[in-house]
Amino acid sequence: MPTPSDHGFEARLDALREEARRTGAVAEHGMAITGGPIPPAATAPSAYYGQPIVKAPVWTWQVGLYFFVGGTAGMSGVIALAGLVTGQPLAFVRAALGLAFAGALVSPALLIADLGRPTRFLNMLRVFKWRSAMSMGVWTLVAFSAFATCAFLLAAAFPLLTRAGVPPAALRALLFVSIAGAAGFGAVLATYTGVLLGATAVPVWSAHHRLLPFHFGVVALGSASAALELLGFRMAALQAIGLTVAAVETAVGAWIELTRRDAEARALTHGEAGLLLRTAGVCTGPATLVLRLAGWIPIAAVCFLLGAVLSRYGWLHAGRASARDPEETLAAQGAGRE
Amino acid sequence: MASPPDPLGPSANQARHTYVADGRPVGFFTDPTVCIGCKACEVACKEWNHVPEDGRVWTGHSYDNTGSLGASTWRHVKFQELGRRLGPQVAGPMTGEAERAFGWLFLSDVCKHCENAGCLEACPTGAILRTEVSSVYVQDDVCNGCGYCVVGCPFGVIDRRPAPLPGAGGAFKCTFCYDRQMGGLTPACAKACPTESIHFGPLDELRARAEQRVAALQARGFADAQVYNPVDTSVGGIHAFFLLLGPPEEFGLPPRPEVPTVYLRGAWISAAMTSTLAVLGACLALALF
Repeated sequence: MPTPSDHGFEARLDALREEARRTGAVAEHGMAITGGPIPPAATAPSAYYGQPIVKAPVWTWQVGLYFFVGGTAGMSGVIALAGLVTGQPLAFVRAALGLAFAGALVSPALLIADLGRPTRFLNMLRVFKWRSAMSMGVWTLVAFSAFATCAFLLAAAFPLLTRAGVPPAALRALLFVSIAGAAGFGAVLATYTGVLLGATAVPVWSAHHRLLPFHFGVVALGSASAALELLGFRMAALQAIGLTVAAVETAVGAWIELTRRDAEARALTHGEAGLLLRTAGVCTGPATLVLRLAGWIPIAAVCFLLGAVLSRYGWLHAGRASARDPEETLAAQGAGRE
Repeated sequence: MASPPDPLGPSANQARHTYVADGRPVGFFTDPTVCIGCKACEVACKEWNHVPEDGRVWTGHSYDNTGSLGASTWRHVKFQELGRRLGPQVAGPMTGEAERAFGWLFLSDVCKHCENAGCLEACPTGAILRTEVSSVYVQDDVCNGCGYCVVGCPFGVIDRRPAPLPGAGGAFKCTFCYDRQMGGLTPACAKACPTESIHFGPLDELRARAEQRVAALQARGFADAQVYNPVDTSVGGIHAFFLLLGPPEEFGLPPRPEVPTVYLRGAWISAAMTSTLAVLGACLALALF
């Protein structure tokens, strides 16, 4: 749309005057006004006035943070189980459980704060629905929180309870069961968020419904490992996890850049969402890889965690942009492909 | 003056009925070829259902200043201006130039009340249910506003109502005038429609009526007349279906809508495999290094 300060438009007016003076008439029809009564056939909009076909998500900022916190906490449960099984010192297991427990406290608060009617949170616990990823996620969070809390308290009170005369074998069994529960439900907690986004009508999410649970799970594992490193555990095993995760994320980023350039996935590489996702991809992928190989572990851990947060917000932003773009919806449904 | 007899027979729009008691599936058949764009359906819907005013804007999209279906818009008359002729329509020459083809269509859009409803599947509280007449209904006193139905709808119908409107935070959409139907009344939009562009009635009767109407239009030269009812996708058909002249995209309707639950299987398999890999990987890393 030209503005009065647009010098190009002034030239256009000069050209019109010149044409009128020379020929006595102006042949063109003028500009096409959006929705004007007679649109030129060539510029008729493909979708209804370029209006969105599906609705953009209404979720608030808490959801992105919940994806990060819940994922990190869940995978901390997994690392706690691995630590217990491989005979790591109790302090390591306890630290991992501490992260899981902290996440179990914060996650429900974030989830409830996002609801349009937070006081009705309990309504979610009156229904169990296999076919709703939201319902399954809520129950996963409930189960994880129960096991993680139980495991954390048991691990913390272990010496106290042994001194009080509780048989250590029974305590160990109980601890194992609660940590196994925290790990099992924790892994689902870290990955179901990908299912939650994938099973929607938002084109860029549903187009990646297989990638998202994997992507979110891998980043969550890296986040849990990085958080433990920042708590002071400099272990070769955590470095190995960190390097593997960064390598996988580099591959995921490269795959998106190289193959996902069609209209269906436009939101991944364009606009604000594209910027967020690319920054996140660099942070969790190549940057972490280089920092780790250089031996700057704490910086690598911070860089990865930052990327992990940005990545979740990037995907949420991409969903918003994608839902608002009718061409993406049409492309995802094969319009114009035949 | 007596009006000529309707070849399709009388519609059920003004009659009282017992469909709820009979448990008979009902629907809407909306026919844009007789819509005059009066928006009586929008007004009737807002008034009966006490749907709050959600802003007055000039969209610049023809005479459509309603915008889109949403939490506070349950009927939406779309004004489509087409750079082509409709069927055998004759467009006169304008200002001495060659004829410039131009067609106008109005379509009253509404919640589709899908056979496999994305919103209903997504709802984690059980607030959204299917009624005796097979419509999809949101129980406002149960909805906790999680917003998952909003992204579960492949037609962009349901939405969460923002503050400060009454009922803010909850998800809203067309109720199919469930309250009126329980009392044997026709939904407000169909009742108010002056040209019976909105047909209300039992689904099987409406489907037959739609087929007849398409055949009649095609016989009169509207070659692109078709029923929009995606029965061959995972949505499995819609209970509020439309007659269209031209492709569905022109009306902002998705050509191949899918109910999002079709992605669940692949996504959960990916989640399960990732979970297993994470547990094994963490154990392996801590055992080896």
